[in-house]
Amino acid sequence: MKRLGLLLAMTAALTFCVGPFLWQVLTSLRPETEQTRLALPTRPTLQAYAEVFEGRAFAQVMLNSFAVASLTTLLCLAIGALAAFALARLPVPGRGALLAAALGASMFPPIATVGPLFLLIRALGLRDQLAGLVLPYATFALPLTLWVLTAHFRQLPPDLYRAARIDGCTPFAAFWRVLLPLAAPGLVTTGLLVFIFSWNEFLYALTFTSSPEHRTVPVAIALFASEHAEPWAQIAAASVIVTLPLVILTLAFQRRLVSGLTAGAVKG
Amino acid sequence: MASVTLENLSKQFATGTFAVRGLQLQIADGEFLCLVGPSGCGKSTVLNLIAGLEQPTSGTVRIGGADVTDLDPRARDVAMVFQSYALYPHLDVRGNLAFPLKVARVERAQLQRRVEQTAALLGIEGLLDRKPSELSGGQRQRVALGRALVRRPAAYLFDEPLSNLDANLRTQMRGELKKLHETMGGTFIYVTHDQAEAMTLSDRVALMNAGQLEQLGTARELYHQPVSLFAARFFGAPTLNVCPPAVLGLPADASAVVGLRPEHLELSDHGPLQGRVYLVEPMGAEAWVTVELGQHRLVARCDGSVALKVGATAALRFDPAHLRWFDAATGKARG
Repeated sequence: MKRLGLLLAMTAALTFCVGPFLWQVLTSLRPETEQTRLALPTRPTLQAYAEVFEGRAFAQVMLNSFAVASLTTLLCLAIGALAAFALARLPVPGRGALLAAALGASMFPPIATVGPLFLLIRALGLRDQLAGLVLPYATFALPLTLWVLTAHFRQLPPDLYRAARIDGCTPFAAFWRVLLPLAAPGLVTTGLLVFIFSWNEFLYALTFTSSPEHRTVPVAIALFASEHAEPWAQIAAASVIVTLPLVILTLAFQRRLVSGLTAGAVKG
Repeated sequence: MASVTLENLSKQFATGTFAVRGLQLQIADGEFLCLVGPSGCGKSTVLNLIAGLEQPTSGTVRIGGADVTDLDPRARDVAMVFQSYALYPHLDVRGNLAFPLKVARVERAQLQRRVEQTAALLGIEGLLDRKPSELSGGQRQRVALGRALVRRPAAYLFDEPLSNLDANLRTQMRGELKKLHETMGGTFIYVTHDQAEAMTLSDRVALMNAGQLEQLGTARELYHQPVSLFAARFFGAPTLNVCPPAVLGLPADASAVVGLRPEHLELSDHGPLQGRVYLVEPMGAEAWVTVELGQHRLVARCDGSVALKVGATAALRFDPAHLRWFDAATGKARG
């Protein structure tokens, strides 16, 4: 009885998580004439997948997204790891206030900042350029990076840093040679979260880019629809295509991801 | 190897409390000095101040005569062994031993040679390719020791290095550490709260109390000529018996208390001083017998063959020459 309940709960949870994605896959496989049906497609076709790339620079768009997300992730990890190390191990005055301020900065709703940011990006000459996305993305992802990584560095035994210092390391060398390798699970977890955030971001991407060859995936997909047609199959196919890299990334780092998410929960 | 001198060293925390206050201490080149005291007496802070992990509020730290008070830890040439071992988990034993040499850019051939020499000295040659997580507590302790030895620093600092080992291993490592100091030489500054380690290992013992130096001397001096009640009670197991003189049948004196080591208190069949046996603790070769004398309990260290039952009457004898007198108010030793 208990197992049956568990099974039901798990099925419900799984359906909730995977259901929409599966529906998306089904939609992408339906021929045009079956779009409005609820039943399984009778004549599944991959045509929509081919059409995604026809007549538009979707490969380029994917490359853009990949570049923006990767650069944002690298930038966040580089700055975030150094800052988190300092906050966790060095005598930084007012560290609590700093962390709180960082958290506060990330609380602004994007819609409230998009206007001023647009002016800023234009003034910097970064409009319609990928760098014009990397900068704001990094700004918004940094607080999260900082919090997660600070927690990670704090949870490393303080004696390790002290030992490294006595063994001849400068603070930076102790960070680089000892603390950073040990914080790898945290870096992977945070990196993935930042990557996914940047990959999926829509509002800034829509506002700060204008030419088709500088668009990112979410914007491009949103613009599939035209005045006269909603190409559902193509939209679904594109969604599946752009979700796959995230799934692959997550699966590849799964082991580290889990240890990163749970590290610090119990002393071990 | 070098001498270490602490001149009027103080460390005050932001809260206002002094961890170390006006510490004056000279550790000779090649000496094995134990810093002992109860938890929170400031002994670990002294080690951190010598290493440069903390900055003193005032005073001077000299290593080999040179003032190093304002120098970074890496410029002080001291090595430290931590209670937690603090081995680098991502490096194997070889990597851990080589770490300080790599940081110092020692050239490869010499680095290899020194790592292997050190490993051989500590009997851990077979473990060089293992990660710390694959080692037992005793093995980790050896690697931690090796990481300090491989550097041949001016001074070695030990922060309760044996506390995490089980009793048997602790005694064994204690012996090895003493042997190591004899064969290798080197200035050893060793923090412990374990009086047995302090007594067996060191040339001299510095006893600390509430951030200040209570007494400095050989273990024998601290045991036999304690300057205060605090020092007298810190050393010796079981602890020194302390009571008003009248309890032992001496002339009453409210301004003084007397101390008597348990090994100097004898139990006999008859005598003027009679008490009731409260507790018998057989220890093998000896037995600790607690006797109630009115409201006071005194411990006698007897032969293991003693056959006393709880509740029995026992007479106590002692040689007045073994009595130690302390001022009741200040705790200072008298005459």
